[in-house]
Amino acid sequence: MADIAIRDALRQALEEEMNRDERVFIMGEEVGEYNGAYKVTRGLLDTFGPRRVLDTPIAELGFTGLGVGAAIAGLRPVVEWMTFNFALLALDQVINNAAKMRHMSGGQLSCPIVFRGPNGPAEFLSSQHSQALQSLLVHVPGLKVVAPATPYDAKGLLKSAIRDDNPVVMLESEMAYAWTGDVPEGEYLVPIGKADVKREGKDVTLIVHSKPLRLALEAAEQLAAMDIDAEVVDLRSLRPLDEETIYRSVRKTNRAVVIDEAWPMASVGSHVAWLISHNCFDELDAQVELVCSEDVPMPYNHTLELAVQPSVEKVIRAVRKVCYTE
Amino acid sequence: MAERILMTALSPTMEEGSIVSWKKSEGDAVASGDILCEVETDKATMDYESTQEGVLLRIVLPEGRSATVGQTIGIIGDQGEDVNGLLAEVEAEGERVAPGADTGETSVSAGHEAPTPAARSAEADSGGRAESGAAHIIKASPLARKLAQQKNIDLASIKGSGPDGRIVKRDVEQFSPGPATAAPTAVAGPAGQDRTIAVSGRRAVIARRLSQSKFEAPHYYVRDSVNVEAVIAARSMLNKQLPQKVGFNAFIIKFVAEALKRHPGINASWQENTIVQFGRIDIGLAVDAGNGLITPIVRNCGNRGVVDIDAELKRLIDKAQLNALTPEEYTGATFTISNLGSFGVEEFTAIINPPGAAILAVGETRPTPVADHNGELAVRPVMKITLSSDHRVIDGAAAAGFMHELKLMMENPARVLY
Repeated sequence: MADIAIRDALRQALEEEMNRDERVFIMGEEVGEYNGAYKVTRGLLDTFGPRRVLDTPIAELGFTGLGVGAAIAGLRPVVEWMTFNFALLALDQVINNAAKMRHMSGGQLSCPIVFRGPNGPAEFLSSQHSQALQSLLVHVPGLKVVAPATPYDAKGLLKSAIRDDNPVVMLESEMAYAWTGDVPEGEYLVPIGKADVKREGKDVTLIVHSKPLRLALEAAEQLAAMDIDAEVVDLRSLRPLDEETIYRSVRKTNRAVVIDEAWPMASVGSHVAWLISHNCFDELDAQVELVCSEDVPMPYNHTLELAVQPSVEKVIRAVRKVCYTE
Repeated sequence: MAERILMTALSPTMEEGSIVSWKKSEGDAVASGDILCEVETDKATMDYESTQEGVLLRIVLPEGRSATVGQTIGIIGDQGEDVNGLLAEVEAEGERVAPGADTGETSVSAGHEAPTPAARSAEADSGGRAESGAAHIIKASPLARKLAQQKNIDLASIKGSGPDGRIVKRDVEQFSPGPATAAPTAVAGPAGQDRTIAVSGRRAVIARRLSQSKFEAPHYYVRDSVNVEAVIAARSMLNKQLPQKVGFNAFIIKFVAEALKRHPGINASWQENTIVQFGRIDIGLAVDAGNGLITPIVRNCGNRGVVDIDAELKRLIDKAQLNALTPEEYTGATFTISNLGSFGVEEFTAIINPPGAAILAVGETRPTPVADHNGELAVRPVMKITLSSDHRVIDGAAAAGFMHELKLMMENPARVLY
């Protein structure tokens, strides 16, 4: 086992898959000469050369379309977006082409491509650069969407994503690239579509994905001191969604708090909360709570910026509400 | 001419009643048959229908106070009639007069003190619940509803601890219809301090009747263990085919009724100069109604099936929890069953409930090692049952015969066909 950062786990995945399959290549803004805006692609240009590590112009729609075409033609591109905020420009290629190709060609064409990059708020970036946009992507049939929050999951999921014959969107987090954790030395995969219970508990289920995993685990620690034993389910994969793991946990604890750093309306969080209400109705001892970002554009003022996002305190408050210990 | 309105006996055993609420106000016209007030009797809360006509001129007994049968609770007469003379008479007789009498100095009868404020508000609560009934929505989490249904607990009898009084999982889990709920209130005072609790009408009746039974009827006890495997199998087979699940008590009642048919000497009563063997089998089931024991009766059990018995039992128990049983529904059991199995009790003895001459005490069904006819040990669900008999009516051999028949039937339900 090695204790490495998420950015290094991602690089290991890219390197291993590029060695394994010569059809795999990476392209995006600053992925080559600059070693990646967040240093995920460090050293890859030296190892694999400019034919497989391509610096692109600042033109998201253009190079995303290039990637989709290459995938349809038989390559396995990994497209890095510097952030998902910029990738909004590329959504036409993702939603109208990548996601639809297999369906509209009657299975004659496939689009084995990975779109990846940081999603969600970081700090001091104001409204246009601090958005959690997973709701837009999970909405679309034909896409797979994964959102790891540990080095182990990041590496295993990226390798699975590259080997998948469908377009996979991978949500990373700027704030989490430096987070470290154990990653085994040898080859392994994390299957797409499997959630992971990151902490076992019996009193309440916290359902989370991506960067807020850390605050969910921190909240669980603080709740333990209040004699509330929280289970933390890390979705890891948003589409397909591992409903069984969610239901198994909620049926055990009878209470659920869903945490999602996106806005509340039509989000992963609101959908999961509905699924629980619908499928675990008789097992619920309280309403399902949703802890998400406030329904406003991100303020620049740092105090407000933190105030509108999910926090440990907000999670604890929601848990105490559903445990009736307020 | 102004007349007194007297407390009347609203049930055969009622000696005293307290006013839960007046349905007429002073100055209201009263026709014969109108409901004057609600009275809590020894067993239930009942409507007091007026047999008099006129205008309610004065309420003498305020809400929450009690009076013995025959005492004045109000005055009725013609509009504008002077009642001072009659009031003075009532007062002179030492009866309570509403205005100025709230100090509680004038005790109605020794041993039956006016309810404490706590008791009064508790009564008001339960009264309100009974009244609002269907119109009132009980807030409960889906899980709490499911658990209550599984445990056969009426949600109306549970107090919710969630927001807005919502009943949640912990309320159902902590709910116990018996002593467990009484305990927390009983220890509410500071440690070591005695509490004096007013004896309610119902408590007084329980005390009197059961003391009388235990002192007068020479009790003796016959006990046996029953392997209820076959009953459980029969019940689960039946419940698979029925929309509404039939409870275990309905089966016990049915088997007891069948055993009584074959041993009519048990279904009998000591009447001083005679012994009556009842023609009907009316089985009472002891139920804890929260504020005291009551035994609703399933009539004519000998001619009814378990589904019918179960439906009747559920109806009666629901009414018992709301204090709404009528006297016909709880008096005159020819045989009684008391089941403390749901309280986790292994076995116990019960006091005979007159006019019956026997009562069956039923314990919890527990997995128990049992030796079969080859002497091989196996774990089986075993229930302990104890029959208390009045020796004036039932001799030991008769009690043993009945118990043996009951055991054989429950262990082999086909025997009911014999």
